[in-house]
Amino acid sequence: MAEEAAPKVLELKGITKEFPGILANDRIDFDLRRGEVHALLGENGAGKSTLMNILYGLYSPDSGEILVKGKPARFHGPGDAIEAGIGMVHQHFMLIPVMSVAENIVLATEPRKAGFLLDEDTAMKRVEDLADTFRFRIDPHAKVENISVGQQQRVEILKALYRGADVLILDEPTAVLTPQEALELFAILRNLTREGMSVIFITHKLNEVLEIADRITVLRRGKRIDSVPKAGATEDHLARLMVGRDVLLRVEKKAPQPGETLLKVENVSVVDDRGLPAVRGVSFEVKAGEIVGIAGVDGNGQTELIDAITGLRSLEEGQVTIGGKDVTNGNARRVLDAGMGHIPEDRHRRGLVLDFTLAENIALHDYREEPDSRFGWLFPKRLIARARRLLKAFDVRGGGPTTKASALSGGNQQKVVVAREVERDPRVLLAAQPTRGLDVGAIEFVHRRLVEERDQGRAIMLVSLELDEILSLSDRILVMFEGEVVGEYSPDVTPEELGAAMTGVGREQVVA
Amino acid sequence: MSDQPAIEQPSSGEGPPSPAARLGALQRAGGIVPPILTALLAFFVGGIVVAASGHNPLTTYKEIFAGTGLNWFLQVGSYEVGLPFSDATVWFPWETNDINSEAAFNLQQTLLLWVPLVMTGLAVAFAFRCGLFNIGGQGQYIVGAGVGVWVGSSWVDMNPGLHIVLAIGLAALAGAFWAGIAGFLKATVGAHEVITTIMLNWIAYWIWIFAFGQGGPLQNKVNESVPVSSDVAEGAKLPVFWGDPLLQGLHIGFIVATVALVAYWLTLTRTTLGYEVRAVGFNPEAARYGGINVARSYILAMAIAGMFAGIGGALDILGWQFRLGVIDIQNSAIGFIGIAVALLGRNTAIGVALSALLFGALLNGTSTRNLDPEVFQPELAGNLTLMIQALVVLFVGADLLILALWARAKRIGRGRHSGAPVAGTPT
Repeated sequence: MAEEAAPKVLELKGITKEFPGILANDRIDFDLRRGEVHALLGENGAGKSTLMNILYGLYSPDSGEILVKGKPARFHGPGDAIEAGIGMVHQHFMLIPVMSVAENIVLATEPRKAGFLLDEDTAMKRVEDLADTFRFRIDPHAKVENISVGQQQRVEILKALYRGADVLILDEPTAVLTPQEALELFAILRNLTREGMSVIFITHKLNEVLEIADRITVLRRGKRIDSVPKAGATEDHLARLMVGRDVLLRVEKKAPQPGETLLKVENVSVVDDRGLPAVRGVSFEVKAGEIVGIAGVDGNGQTELIDAITGLRSLEEGQVTIGGKDVTNGNARRVLDAGMGHIPEDRHRRGLVLDFTLAENIALHDYREEPDSRFGWLFPKRLIARARRLLKAFDVRGGGPTTKASALSGGNQQKVVVAREVERDPRVLLAAQPTRGLDVGAIEFVHRRLVEERDQGRAIMLVSLELDEILSLSDRILVMFEGEVVGEYSPDVTPEELGAAMTGVGREQVVA
Repeated sequence: MSDQPAIEQPSSGEGPPSPAARLGALQRAGGIVPPILTALLAFFVGGIVVAASGHNPLTTYKEIFAGTGLNWFLQVGSYEVGLPFSDATVWFPWETNDINSEAAFNLQQTLLLWVPLVMTGLAVAFAFRCGLFNIGGQGQYIVGAGVGVWVGSSWVDMNPGLHIVLAIGLAALAGAFWAGIAGFLKATVGAHEVITTIMLNWIAYWIWIFAFGQGGPLQNKVNESVPVSSDVAEGAKLPVFWGDPLLQGLHIGFIVATVALVAYWLTLTRTTLGYEVRAVGFNPEAARYGGINVARSYILAMAIAGMFAGIGGALDILGWQFRLGVIDIQNSAIGFIGIAVALLGRNTAIGVALSALLFGALLNGTSTRNLDPEVFQPELAGNLTLMIQALVVLFVGADLLILALWARAKRIGRGRHSGAPVAGTPT
């Protein structure tokens, strides 16, 4: 959409920012033309967010300059950036849940009547006009707490537009969206650029970049590696730029050799936190040496099913058997002892104690057994020795055994979780969203590891919202929709077929 | 957002950190500096109030310091001690029986207060490490005191050593039971521990006022007009190892409290129980996922907390009070000061030890007995203690603010440093 002649609305020249011990941005050049989507691609910790925080006035650069429409600018805070027409949508939204969409958008510059009362009609009108201009579908009267995450993101975008932004920074905008919502977001972005807006799109997902960006700038370890136009760019090429080496995007694996049934889920029903049915009569088996993928749109009972299997939520009915042992309604301890390894969906909420050291985190399941402890007496040195060995084996970077888990990047944190779960030599490994928020290199690592574990004869249950992940890893695929397993597919199913089943269109189809 | 302090967040790959994470990082970053700043600031503001009341803050503080007995340490080395079984004397920085030394006497008094402050401070700190806010230190302390005086004044002819162990042991169990109720309610029905421990404080308060009050079942039988317990038997009194036993010398409860501090540290860092408690305190959901019984941890953590406070109560009774009257129960606030001790001490063993010393010294130094009326009116002195205490608690809450300002000051300093030449060369 951006013609070569389109003027530069924004230019960053030689931006350098150093934090103690790390050069986050090293003489980075970046420019943005009118009406284009410019993707900023890089692994976690490559310096994307630092660069954007400088542009948004949250950090001041050590050296380098910012040009807005050709004129040098100095930002001392987000207020200055907003003044200059730059809007930022953070990963975590900053909305007031109990207020309406329109109220959130006009906040701080709201139209008033009688001097201090909110002029609600004018506010609604203005928001509707704005939404119309850019073809947003949104109800300005709805309360923010009642609308979906995708819609909340639109409210954030509208908020920035309302304040007069013509440059939008989106920080990993699809991380919180379902695949469907992501497509809708892309449509919105195309409308915006058609109206002359410019977008900086921060991401580490290659397919998104090729879908939406006009130009792509790749950062690696604080340096700008290259800027390429979308035309001619391939995922392989971008991945190489990002990681600095060749990356296997497709997992290589041999044909599965299923053995005995290790995980058996029979007619399981579970209710969610509100007491509503979340899982309804689900039955399936996972055999040794195979990966069974559970696909589905977020919120179709996957979380509750995982909790029920791992002993973290009680069952309404049904039975769960691990390696022949009945662990129905057991606690986490019993499930672990039966031979379960569990890579949880949310490593911050559940997988790690962020304030614990890595050694302590690695001992989370085994701290009560020898050699970690004896008669209730803990041996920190042994914890550290084991952690040192595991961190090395799993190539965890950014800290040693006595580093706090919170100090690591997401990818390395996930490696710690994987290391701990695999180290226990489990018979069944339940991997829930094992690569959420990870960059290409770390994803490759986790995927390769899961296949290796399968080949060693473990039964692997993979729950993921990423269709690509499900398709490339699974030996069998189950689709969950509204708490039920609505179909079983072989891995050569097309994404379209699977997508249809995930949204409830699919008919029952069983592959032997 | 515009006020974001300069925390070192180089790889913010997972989006901006939450406010709690930011504050946590700030708190950890500060180390020992913020608590010291907090205490200094409290004394500074206290000094302003002293000055406003028409007194000289410097001489007042000097007088308070003299009253704490901490000046005794400045005289270390001037004592000679006789070697047992010989006529020889050697220099030793420990004065055993020189009751003429005012500094030694004052220090003994300060340390007598240190003992229960450490114990109630640990009671708050231990629960804190499990993510529980134990407001019930006071209740657990008086439960221990009541049981201690009850056992200590019964069975007058028991073997002395056994009597002491029994009294302290039962007081510990009673304190554990009392706090355990709150832990049990938290674990089973989710009742918030702040509410339940406050309620348990009042229940303990009224039970003992009834029991030791006039006509109460545990009131002394000697003088029925005085609402006070029977006296602790001679054999149940804690041996005094420094100072004159008749003038409230320092009893072996000092050693018990020191051992408790070490036990606290060992339990948290070297046992599976401590591991569980800390895991639950940091992240109960991750603990549950890890196979830890969270409900059990809540009950145990509260019980252990109550045990500390209960022992503290018994040590005071067996060490120097020797009887418990209704008026003692009404006036006691040691358990509440324990909250401030734990907060200022950041829930670490060494921190609790030091902040208990600060509060103990403050209480003793401003007592009417120690403060020269010429310098500061005695009737105002107690209020000064309360004020400085309150300021410390207030500033503990605010010391995150101090940290944020500090971080900002550093950032400004650094900005000026590297900001001058635009072509600042990064290395």
